[in-house]
Amino acid sequence: MAAGVAAWLPFARAAAIGWMPVANLPMPVAPTEKNKRQDELIILNVSGRRFQTWRNTLDRYPDTLLGSSEKEFFYNEETKEYFFDRDPDVFRSVLNFYRTGKLHYPRYECISSYDEELAFFGILPEIIGDCCYEEYKDRKRENAERLMDDQEDNKDAKLPNMTFRETMWRAFENPHTSTMALVFYYVTGFFIAVSVITNVVETVPCGSSPNMKEVPCGERYTVAFFCMDTACVMIFTVEYLMRLFAAPSRYRFMRSVMSIIDVVAILPYYIGLVMTDNEDVSGAFVTLRVFRVFRIFKFSRHSQGLRILGYTLKSCASELGFLLFSLTMAIIIFATVMFYAEKGSSSSKFTSIPASFWYTIVTMTTLGYGDMVPKTIAGKIFGSICSLSGVLVIALPVPVIVSNFSRIYHQNQRADKRRAQKVQKARLARIRISKTGSSNAFLHSKRNGLFNEALEFTQLPYKMNLSDQSSTEEEQRLNKSTSLLESQHHHLLHCLEKTTNHEFVDEQYYQQSYLDAGLQNYPSRSPSLSSQDGVTGTCCTRRSKKHHSPLPNASAPAHLQPLKHTHTHQQGLQELSTIHIQPLSTSRSSLNMRVDEQAPLNCQSSQITTAIISIPTPPVTTPEGDAPLPAGPTHQNVVKVSAL
Amino acid sequence: MKAKNRDQSLSDSRELDGSYDQLTDSVEDDFELSTVCHRPESMDKLQEQTKFTKKELQVLYRGFKNECPSGVVNEESFKTIYSQFFPQGDSSMYAHFLFEAFDTNKNGSVSFEDFVFGLSIILRGTINDRLNWAFNLYDLNKDGCITKEEMLDIMKSIYDMMGKYTYPTMQDDAPREHVESFFQKMDRNKDGVVTIEEFIESCKKDENIMQSMQLFDNVI
Repeated sequence: MAAGVAAWLPFARAAAIGWMPVANLPMPVAPTEKNKRQDELIILNVSGRRFQTWRNTLDRYPDTLLGSSEKEFFYNEETKEYFFDRDPDVFRSVLNFYRTGKLHYPRYECISSYDEELAFFGILPEIIGDCCYEEYKDRKRENAERLMDDQEDNKDAKLPNMTFRETMWRAFENPHTSTMALVFYYVTGFFIAVSVITNVVETVPCGSSPNMKEVPCGERYTVAFFCMDTACVMIFTVEYLMRLFAAPSRYRFMRSVMSIIDVVAILPYYIGLVMTDNEDVSGAFVTLRVFRVFRIFKFSRHSQGLRILGYTLKSCASELGFLLFSLTMAIIIFATVMFYAEKGSSSSKFTSIPASFWYTIVTMTTLGYGDMVPKTIAGKIFGSICSLSGVLVIALPVPVIVSNFSRIYHQNQRADKRRAQKVQKARLARIRISKTGSSNAFLHSKRNGLFNEALEFTQLPYKMNLSDQSSTEEEQRLNKSTSLLESQHHHLLHCLEKTTNHEFVDEQYYQQSYLDAGLQNYPSRSPSLSSQDGVTGTCCTRRSKKHHSPLPNASAPAHLQPLKHTHTHQQGLQELSTIHIQPLSTSRSSLNMRVDEQAPLNCQSSQITTAIISIPTPPVTTPEGDAPLPAGPTHQNVVKVSAL
Repeated sequence: MKAKNRDQSLSDSRELDGSYDQLTDSVEDDFELSTVCHRPESMDKLQEQTKFTKKELQVLYRGFKNECPSGVVNEESFKTIYSQFFPQGDSSMYAHFLFEAFDTNKNGSVSFEDFVFGLSIILRGTINDRLNWAFNLYDLNKDGCITKEEMLDIMKSIYDMMGKYTYPTMQDDAPREHVESFFQKMDRNKDGVVTIEEFIESCKKDENIMQSMQLFDNVI
């Protein structure tokens, strides 16, 4: 139950007066306070510091240590107080949670000690209020990272039972784990460097024989370069295939940036192999060679800093985008202006607006090549404005990007954002679970409580001979102790059910019964006051109180069977079905399978009848004595039970 | 001129973040100044006027003040508090009707006195008092009789509190049917409205209702 407003429960129960006159059914019995104590002050002695609070305050959260009977374990008889050997400073926050309903995280407190105290007192950290939750999560994450760092250093020990594939993957990801991995790491690094240098040197003009013009080395030593290239590509291909084999999730690996870079790096070679000696395509083939430069990006596996840079650029995408956009705007404006300003002058290089783009870019970035120069006065004026504004436009987004980079570099070196998203989802899921716990608590206690009470009644006809001892034990065993507040709240919800003649069910059950409802036809709206003879193919609407409830033990579908129902209707406006217990035919065990619905309002009712609904319908005798059913109380599934 | 320009730029920046009120030319704070604080009358007076003992008043006030430190409940907090007891459904409409019923002086907020007077009638009043209070709750326009539309609104609000996941599945006309049966029971002269006399009379004749009224005897 929402604990913060436990004090308003009397108000909520009083407000139920609005339901009473409209309800057609009797209300369930209210839970009585067994030992009605006045609200008293209790003393909590935490390592010598005494805190005092009302007992009701602590009862607001019955699923914590202080709110439940668990605190009795800490009760000191002599001093009549509860003694906890814990940190009194943190206890302040804990106690304030009970008082105000909000849990705060004190900033000066160590995160792990705070967590421990919360765990001891049974409070979920997820309830920390929004004011303190960010801080709490940040500190927790920092702490976790620190612990993880320490753990990683110790993780060099080889874990037993790792498959060959897993060992390989580990070797790839952390080269420091084994010597083989380190060797592999350096070898690949070396070959990346070799490949890049080869590509560069290929284009350098080597010395030439005097009669030929200078040729690049690549054309002079074609075979050598080709062999070098082949060797590197071999190594890269083998490496890629090995990574692909070792990857735990191949699909995810293939989608990752690094593997795409690998593929792009080696693809031109293979395409070149396929496409040689074809004059038309060789032009395209030459273009493909430029992709070989991507091999240099393979270094990012070897360098952490490169990865951070790439990540920063990715995260600063919006600032970069803004920079680009504003530059583009300015370029277009100034190019247009320069074009029209220079249109008049003869032999002007500003032949078109796109041609002016080059001038604008060069000027705004303060390069100033001087290949295009304005000659008119207007052109010079606008040109100077252009260069001045260029400085400003570029200078503005750059500090933002720089600060982003430094922030990310210091803070998020391990791609924390992905992890934070998962944690956020987990937090919301946990809060949702604890909230649905409150509504489920009502359903649970309904089953248990009414089950118990119906069993009390079943004991009446039989229990003459049995000793009182065993019956009370039975009761105690089945009687799940709920706090008074909870039982009062459940009684309130129960009254609402009675008023509207519907029940609360949980979502799962609702889906199932919804599906089954499709199988059943609902009859006409006119209420039938007389009881229906025989087995009807339709079941009545809420006029006849027929409902299922899931049993604690049995599976729900087992009870959603029957398409044929019998209903017993009482004469008069208040139609109730009745509980009938056939003393002879029903055994205790079969009755245990029944689901009980309503607690009898009036314990002095002499006869309790059940409506027994099953496919082979057994005979049911009601007080009115009608509704004949086919014989055979063989297989009885009680669908609903209600008492007069 | 320099100062004017600076002021101008400042006000421009204020316009940008929305805290500048164009109409009144004033900068309004995002956060309102501290709220109204209301203190209830003394406990002795309340004790005379209601049927609660001192201790009960103390317990009630502590709970009240905890949720509403300012001393009055406005409708929003009222709805929030009430909705915490009904996690599965939507209790805002019923809470609205309750608020109207508690707010006897119609000033848009429920003070501790209103709260305690209402509770005193419900929890410590005679059967007649309670039925009167319930009638007052149903009679939305306070004209002395309950029409079918008023009852339908009330009924819908009650059924809304059940939420979606019920068994049997909530039909759309369940409230309307319920209203029909209610009128059949209560409306003696079949004139389409239920007056206070009809209401009290019919309720007194109904055993279930009488019995359920007794539930309120030991809520506190």
